[in-house]
Amino acid sequence: MCLGIPGQITEISDATRKLAMVDISGVKREVNVACIAGDDPLEDLIGTWTLIHVGFAMSKINEEEAVLTLEVLRELGEAQEEIEAMRASATMLADAS
Amino acid sequence: MKYADEFRDPVAAKGVLAAIERVTQEIGATKEKPVHIMEVCGGHTHAIFRYGLDKLTPKGLEFIHGPGCPVCVLPMSRVDECVQIAEDPKVIFTTFGDAMRVPGTKKSLIQAKADGADIRMVYSPLDALELARRNPDREVVFFGLGFETTTPSTALSILQADADGLTNFTIFCNHITVPPPIKALLDDPHMILDGFVGPGHVSMVIGTEPYQFIARDYGKPIVVAGFEPLDLLQSVLMVLEQIRDGRAEVENQYSRIVPNEGNPVSIAACEKVYEPRPTFEWRGLGEIDASGLRIRDRYKAFDAEVKFNIGYGRNTSFTEEQEGCACGDVMTGRIKPHACPQFGKGCTPEMPLGALMVSSEGACAAYYQYGGLDLEPAE
Repeated sequence: MCLGIPGQITEISDATRKLAMVDISGVKREVNVACIAGDDPLEDLIGTWTLIHVGFAMSKINEEEAVLTLEVLRELGEAQEEIEAMRASATMLADAS
Repeated sequence: MKYADEFRDPVAAKGVLAAIERVTQEIGATKEKPVHIMEVCGGHTHAIFRYGLDKLTPKGLEFIHGPGCPVCVLPMSRVDECVQIAEDPKVIFTTFGDAMRVPGTKKSLIQAKADGADIRMVYSPLDALELARRNPDREVVFFGLGFETTTPSTALSILQADADGLTNFTIFCNHITVPPPIKALLDDPHMILDGFVGPGHVSMVIGTEPYQFIARDYGKPIVVAGFEPLDLLQSVLMVLEQIRDGRAEVENQYSRIVPNEGNPVSIAACEKVYEPRPTFEWRGLGEIDASGLRIRDRYKAFDAEVKFNIGYGRNTSFTEEQEGCACGDVMTGRIKPHACPQFGKGCTPEMPLGALMVSSEGACAAYYQYGGLDLEPAE
């Protein structure tokens, strides 16, 4: 929960709500990008690597930092836990609709 | 992993370890009279044990494991309130998975779910928001838990729910903040701490300014650190060098992620939605002034405390810890986890009795998972 996980922004899904799709170790997920958006157009964020905490992009990072962070998270067992939590949450929402 | 050879950059790690050894000696710290450094964040506690940093560093340096694990400091009363809200048949109670196994006085959320309450684990408050949109005839409550790292996510979710005009979404806000418990620890007459390794991702949000009082008013060093093993070792070295030189400053080892001013959007959202409570209860530490957040009146439509008339300070009392549980003593550094009579016996990660055994970020769970059989006997 506190360590977050790196992901790469692939598209802007809802500009009004500042939501974007990210790729997190192969898992696609919608996240809020308000905290890293700044004043530039949201589209400029596409391709950016970011550190994601509970569905919110909190910091821009470079690719090397993303790779190293993922490695630490894997070693701590946190990467699997985060990805599993994302998958479970998506399944729950799919069942709820 | 207990050998620097196994680090990604073994040469650098060995260099830093040698410097730590040297500076520890220069300070004059020994096994009998060690220098005490607290890592505040639970993520750091986990990393220290995972990489065996406590075994690689000299005997004259002792890590004290801080209160920075939100699940670990959650009082049983708050869990009881979660269960009570969740057992209301019109409620869908949503929470991060970490909170599911925390014991309440009667049951945990996982037990309440087994008993039929509609409790759902979500990855993000955004998923709770979505659940509220799809279930207009149900009340969706999200358990807002965690330090400054997760606080912006619930603040922004409330602002979104407000913009969307949702009327069936509330947050049960039990967010806490990092600086007040550090102050409480520094004010403790039994305090033995010589310096701090500061949290990385909390600082990414709040910046480094909120720690100035530690250096200015208490004369203790603090270094904000990253999570790589080498980050942690470098940060420990920076703390030790300050102690040796008689300096007390706020330093930032993790500047590649932590801007000194923090994240302005997060700070503004939290300021807009939340205000500090006069006091808040911490498991193992008791009441701490201005250490918890509540939702401002302007956003009370999204406050589960208001909607369900429940929560801290409303009708619950302070909960005594379980008999024999020594979490408070472990958290203030008075004893090591395995010195607790319940450690590994009445209290295990599968059946936690005390809070520090619940999460992988808790000191007791980390000792249990990585300490193995080579723990020194309790003194």
